[in-house]
Amino acid sequence: MGVSVNEAVSTDPVRDHPPPARRRGGRGRSALEVALLTVLAIVMLFPVLWMIETSIKENRDVYAIPAKFFNFQFTMDHFKDVFVGAGGGRSALSVSFLNSVVVAGVSTVLATVLGVPAAWAYSRFAVKAKKDQLFFILSTRFMPPVVVVIPIFLMYRQVGLIDTELGLILIYAAFNLPFTIWMMKGFVDEVPAEYEDAAMLDGYTRLQAFRRFTLPLLVPGIAATAVFALIFSWNEFVFAIFLTSSDDVRTAPPAIAGLIGGTTVDWGLVAASSVVFALPVLVFAYLVRKHLVAGVTLGAVRR
Amino acid sequence: MGTVAVQGLCKSFGKVQALDGVTLDVPDGSFFVVLGPSGAGKTTTLRAIAGLEKLDAGSVRLDGRDATADTPAARDLAMVFQSYALYPRHTVYENIASPLRARRRSSSEIAAAVERMASLLHIERLLQRRPAQLSGGEMQRVALARALVRSPRAFLMDEPLTNLDLKLRVEMRTELTRIHRSLGATFVYVTNDQVEALSMADQVAVLKDGKVQQVGTPTEVYERPANQWVAGFVGSPPISLLACHAEGDRLVGAEGWTLPRPGWTTAQDGRPLLLGLRAEDLSVERRGDASLSGELYGLEPLGDRTVVDVRVGTKILKVKARPTVTGTPGEPLLVTVDLDRAHLFDAGTGVSLSGAGR
Repeated sequence: MGVSVNEAVSTDPVRDHPPPARRRGGRGRSALEVALLTVLAIVMLFPVLWMIETSIKENRDVYAIPAKFFNFQFTMDHFKDVFVGAGGGRSALSVSFLNSVVVAGVSTVLATVLGVPAAWAYSRFAVKAKKDQLFFILSTRFMPPVVVVIPIFLMYRQVGLIDTELGLILIYAAFNLPFTIWMMKGFVDEVPAEYEDAAMLDGYTRLQAFRRFTLPLLVPGIAATAVFALIFSWNEFVFAIFLTSSDDVRTAPPAIAGLIGGTTVDWGLVAASSVVFALPVLVFAYLVRKHLVAGVTLGAVRR
Repeated sequence: MGTVAVQGLCKSFGKVQALDGVTLDVPDGSFFVVLGPSGAGKTTTLRAIAGLEKLDAGSVRLDGRDATADTPAARDLAMVFQSYALYPRHTVYENIASPLRARRRSSSEIAAAVERMASLLHIERLLQRRPAQLSGGEMQRVALARALVRSPRAFLMDEPLTNLDLKLRVEMRTELTRIHRSLGATFVYVTNDQVEALSMADQVAVLKDGKVQQVGTPTEVYERPANQWVAGFVGSPPISLLACHAEGDRLVGAEGWTLPRPGWTTAQDGRPLLLGLRAEDLSVERRGDASLSGELYGLEPLGDRTVVDVRVGTKILKVKARPTVTGTPGEPLLVTVDLDRAHLFDAGTGVSLSGAGR
């Protein structure tokens, strides 16, 4: 490709030039911009494109040298293999996808259900040593999962959470909770406390005031926060590979990784399962994109 | 019934002592104004009455019953917030209906009550709008309607007119007084605007640094300020204060002037005093025996009157005069003093020495 990301990014100052410089550059300047942006787009999207292409190629075209960009034999067999097992029943991969949906979904719901009220409490009430507590909560995110995975493995073995979906759900929820609290606190801070004060004088209890008047205003923030938590849980690999082993429990990331490493690698299947794996988060993020943008600009960023 | 009594309220935010032993007695049906500069603790007092603020010390009694531990809902009060705090997702109708919905009234009863409020405050055509589509004055009316839709024990108002433009503020002042009279309910009204306090209140409590300086009728607070600070805060143009001391039958100023000692003062000779003179108790026209000589410093024509600044020594006296008064700065002037209406304060403590004698 010949253009590094840095070079491509350096188009930014061109865009920031004051209008006169822009006009002197005329069409040429904007053509350069378009060219650089195109290159950037190709660099960034090529792996994705290649993944999609591989997932719909016949196996012999996958291995063809030179690589076939356009004239390959189209097939949906790889996608069929993702969901249907060799014997005709459900494939191991499809079970992994289902596990991923359950684990990511439940852990995100758990982190949100616990995190939003906690964020509200930290935002609204005089809590002793509030800053220290918030810093402590954040500090749990300072180390990467791989640092704590061995102790957690030993603890999980003691309490029987090894190789269970519940075990993964709990650890993901625990990892997402600090993030949820911090991000949601920013959103709650943005909502004037006086709405709740007014509601309490109207005759509602504090919790009713929160539920009826503050919570609806937090929906964009909750959507944005949940997407981030969901993406973390969905993509998480280290805990998943250490804490689960059986096909019944395993989530998609270790299952897909497990496809690589035999004597032969079915790259078509790897690519197809990767496409299936990438889609839900893309679709979900697309569906909540309005909330996401509103959320990110309204909340954490402006403060 | 609707009496509100607070006793020894104390509240600090970190190092800031917002309330320092505030005690107030609001009689049933009165228009009670809490007046003070910003940061005096007015809003905190109101929020303490409403139950929105956890107190360090003190008690709140409503209708004679201790309500210090009650939730805001249980206190049966209504409040208008300075920011109005209208629920942004709800229509005007739903905003006004909210206190009734919280109390599970029937929807026909709610509809009737909202209609009644809307016509009282002339906001019928706004009922289906949302707060973001309203002007400041309209929001203020909706906030008022939400408070008035019920008949609570008392109404709490936190600077409700501050965010309105001057014309609307004057209009709403009259309207609030009218509403208060027609309801006969207890109003506790917080403001930093002394004109609002003097024009609307039955009773005024002047607050400074979390302490009550004086409680009284508007006339009492204006005519007989309890201390130098109240005298300076209430009244426009502000009262002029001159350092002096008593010497036999005369008052001798630090600037060298002398005036006859007012009969009512009992301050002993030599004690440092402050002579407080309101602009309307001074004159540049009349010739009396009690007068100060100074020079013209400047003129502030205000349409219906002109405020004449007169320099006496290093001090500037504000003198209310007819709008026709003229003069050039620097020309000598004689200012006649109505000593019967003058105030004397202890220069050290600021406490009034004139109140009891008159």
